[in-house]
Amino acid sequence: MALLKNNEMIDDPFVDATGQETIPADGPVLVDLHQWQSHREQLTQRADPVGVRLRSDQPPELIARDLESLALVALEFPVFRDGRAYSYARLLRGQYRFDGEIRAVGDVLLEQLHFMERTGFDAFELQSDDPLGDLQVASADFDVWYQPAADGRLSAMQLRHQSD
Amino acid sequence: MYRYDEFDHKLVAERARQFRRQVKRRLSGELTEDQFKPLRLMNGLYMQLHAYMLRVNVPYGSLSSRQLRKFAHIARTYDRDFGHFTTRQNIQFNWIKLEEVPDILEELAEVEVTAIQSSGNCVRNITSDHYAGRARDELADPRVYCELLRQYTILNPDFSYLPRKFKIALTGSPRDRAAVALHDIGLRMHRNEAGEIGFEVLVGGGQGRTPFIAHTIRDWLAPEHLLSYVESILRVYNMYGRRDNMHKARIKIIVNQMGIDRYRELVEADWEQIKDSVLKVPQAEVDRINAYFAPPEYECLADIPDELNDVRARIPEFDQWMAANVAEHRVPGYSIVNLSLKAPGLPPGDMTADTMDAVADLADRYSLDEIRVNHRQNLSFVDVRQRDLFTLWKELKLLDLATPNIQSVSDIICCPGLDYCNLANSRSIPVAQDLSRHFVDVDHLALVGDFTINISGCMNACGHHHVGNIGILGVNKRGKEYFQLTLGGSSDENAALGDRLGRALPQGQVPAAVETIVDTYLAIRLDGERFLDTYRRVGIEPFREAVYSPVQARAVA
Ligand code: HEM
Ligand code: SF4
Repeated sequence: MALLKNNEMIDDPFVDATGQETIPADGPVLVDLHQWQSHREQLTQRADPVGVRLRSDQPPELIARDLESLALVALEFPVFRDGRAYSYARLLRGQYRFDGEIRAVGDVLLEQLHFMERTGFDAFELQSDDPLGDLQVASADFDVWYQPAADGRLSAMQLRHQSD
Repeated sequence: MYRYDEFDHKLVAERARQFRRQVKRRLSGELTEDQFKPLRLMNGLYMQLHAYMLRVNVPYGSLSSRQLRKFAHIARTYDRDFGHFTTRQNIQFNWIKLEEVPDILEELAEVEVTAIQSSGNCVRNITSDHYAGRARDELADPRVYCELLRQYTILNPDFSYLPRKFKIALTGSPRDRAAVALHDIGLRMHRNEAGEIGFEVLVGGGQGRTPFIAHTIRDWLAPEHLLSYVESILRVYNMYGRRDNMHKARIKIIVNQMGIDRYRELVEADWEQIKDSVLKVPQAEVDRINAYFAPPEYECLADIPDELNDVRARIPEFDQWMAANVAEHRVPGYSIVNLSLKAPGLPPGDMTADTMDAVADLADRYSLDEIRVNHRQNLSFVDVRQRDLFTLWKELKLLDLATPNIQSVSDIICCPGLDYCNLANSRSIPVAQDLSRHFVDVDHLALVGDFTINISGCMNACGHHHVGNIGILGVNKRGKEYFQLTLGGSSDENAALGDRLGRALPQGQVPAAVETIVDTYLAIRLDGERFLDTYRRVGIEPFREAVYSPVQARAVA
C-alpha cells in the first residue's frame, strides 16, 4: 500500500500489527484499539514509536489520555461516504492538541484528500497503482476557503478583514 | 443583494474547473459511475427517471433579474425550455446532458450562481423568509446570517460527508414563512430579556418518512456565535448520527433517540471549546455583508388605499388579486406582490424560458431588479410601488401569473412524482392539476380563505404533505396508485403534522374528497376561523364522516 506524506510517496516505517495475535518486539508498530487497551503498559515502554488505528465507530475520546505516548493515529474510512473521521481528526488537532501523524486509511479517495488535509490528516494510505499521477489529475487547485479548519489556512473572512 | 467579491468568484471558478475535469474522467471511463456519483451529487446533478436533473441554488430565495434571465437561457439552450421552482427556493432543470454540465456551471458562475451542495449528504441551500428585509413584522433582516451560513457551509471539510443531507432555515419574523421547525436546524430571531436580538435554535425537525417537529436546543443565541454553535451541532451529528440505515440517518432520528437534553449536553460541551475561537463572527464581516442588503433607495411615497380601493371597486378581478396575492410592505407606498405559478391545470412550480425572461423584465420595471422564490413554489416581487400595482397586475395576467390564489386551496405544493422521479409511487402532478382545475371559482377561493394543500408522490415527502392543511400522499396498493389524505398539518410558527383521515382513495376520488372537506369546513366554521382553527377546534371526526360515509353508502348500495 502506498503512503503519501508531505506530497511524497514513502515506505511506511510502521509495521501493521492490527488484528495480529502477536505484536513485534521492536520497531515502529501500528496496533488496533483492542491491542492498545490490552497491552498499554508494554506498548508505552517501547523505545520505538507506536500508532493506534481507530475504526470509524471509535472516537478519539477513547485514547484521549494516551495521546502523549502515541506517534501516530490512523483513522479508518470504511467507505468514503463515512465522514466521521473528519471530525475525529479535527478533534485530535483542536481539542486534544495532538501533533503526531494522523493517517487516513481504508477507502481513501483522491478527490477527498483536500478535505482530509484541511481537517488535520497529514498522511494518506492510497490504493491507486499510480498515486502521484492520479494526485496530479485529481488534486484540487483550490486556494480559497470559506471556513477555518485544522490546517491553519486563513478563511476568506479572515483574509477580508486582515487589515482591519 | 449579496454580490461576490474576489474570494467568492475565485472559489466558484475553481470548483467549476474541478467538476469539468471530473466529468471528463467520467466520460472517458476513468471514473466508474459509483465513484462519480458523490462528485456529481456535490454539484447538484441527479440521475432521474429519464435524464440528468441539475438543481441550482437560489441562496435564501433571492434572485436578480440578470440571474433569472440566465436561467431562461439555460432552459432554452440546454433543456426543454422550462425549469421547475422547488420548495427549497431552488430551480431544477430536468433534461440535462452530462457533457454539457461543465458549460452550464460556468455560465451560472458568470451570474454568481452555483449548484454546489444542492444535493448530497452535506449542508444544502440555506433557506429563509421570502419577505426578508421587507416584512412589516420583522425584527431584523435574516439575510446577513443566511449569507454567513452559506459561506461557512460551502465546501466545509468537516461536514461534506454527513450521515445524510442537512437543511437549515432562518426567519427574522415571528410569523414563520420559512417552515423553520421542519428543518434539521431552524433559526428564529427573537429578543432576550435584555432586548437584544438573537436566535432561538431549533434542531431535529424534518419530513420524509418519519416526520418530526424540531426541538428547541437553545432559547437564545447571540448572533456572533452563530457559526460556532452550528458547527457544534454538526460535529455531534457527524459523530453520532446513524450510518447503519439510510432511512434513520437524518439528525431528527438521533436527536429523538438520545433525547434533546442529551443532544444539547454534547453540543454545549463541544461549543465551550470553540465558541471564542476564530469562528466568532467579527462585526466587520456582519457590516460588510449587511451593506449589500441595505434597503434600496425608496421613493418618498405614501400608502394610497383610496386610489386602490377605487380601482378595486370598479374591477372585481383586480380586487380579488389584491386581496389574495398582495402583501404589506414595511415602507409606505410600496407593496409585496406574489406571482402565482399555480394557474389552473399547470404543474406547480414550472416556468417556461420565455416567461422567465418576461418576469425578469417586469422585475426591472416594477421591483428594483429583484425576484424572490418562496417555499410554496411561487415567486414574489418585493418592492412594488403601490401606484404600479394595477399596471403590473395587467402585465402578470398576460403571463398567466396573476391567478388570485396565494395561500388558497388551489395554491398547491407538489413534488415531481412519477413523471420524473424514480422513487415515486404515484403521479402527483396530475392530482395537483385536477385540483387546480376543480377550484377555479375565484369567489369560492376567497370564501374558503387561508388554506394549504401539499402533495407528495411517495413517503419521502418532497411535497411537504405532512404539513399541508390537507396533505395528499401517493401510495402504491397492489400495483395501483392511491392517495392517502391527512388533515391539520401546518408549517408556520405553530407547526403541526397532519393526522390520517382514513383509507387511501383512488385518484379519481381525490377532488371530490377535497371538496367535501372544504364544504364541511365552510358549514361548521365560526366567524373568522381559518380551516386550521376549525380543525383544531372540532378534530378530525366531522371530516372523516363527511368523506367516508357517503362513499361507503354508495359502495353498499
Ligand atoms: C425528482 C427527484 C427527487 C428525488 C429522487 C428526491 C428524493 C428525496 C428523498 C429520498 C427524500 C427523503 C430524504 C430523507 O428523509 O432523508 C426527499 C426529501 C425532500 N425533498 Fe426530494 N427528491 C426529489 C425532488 C425534489 C423536489 C423537486 C423537491 C422540491 C420541490 C424536493 C424537496 C424535498 C424536500 C423539501 C424534502 C423533505 C426534507 C426533509 O425530510 O426534511 N425534492 N427527497
Ligand atoms: S416525494 Fe417521492 S415521488 Fe415525490 S419527488 Fe420526492 S421522492 Fe419523488
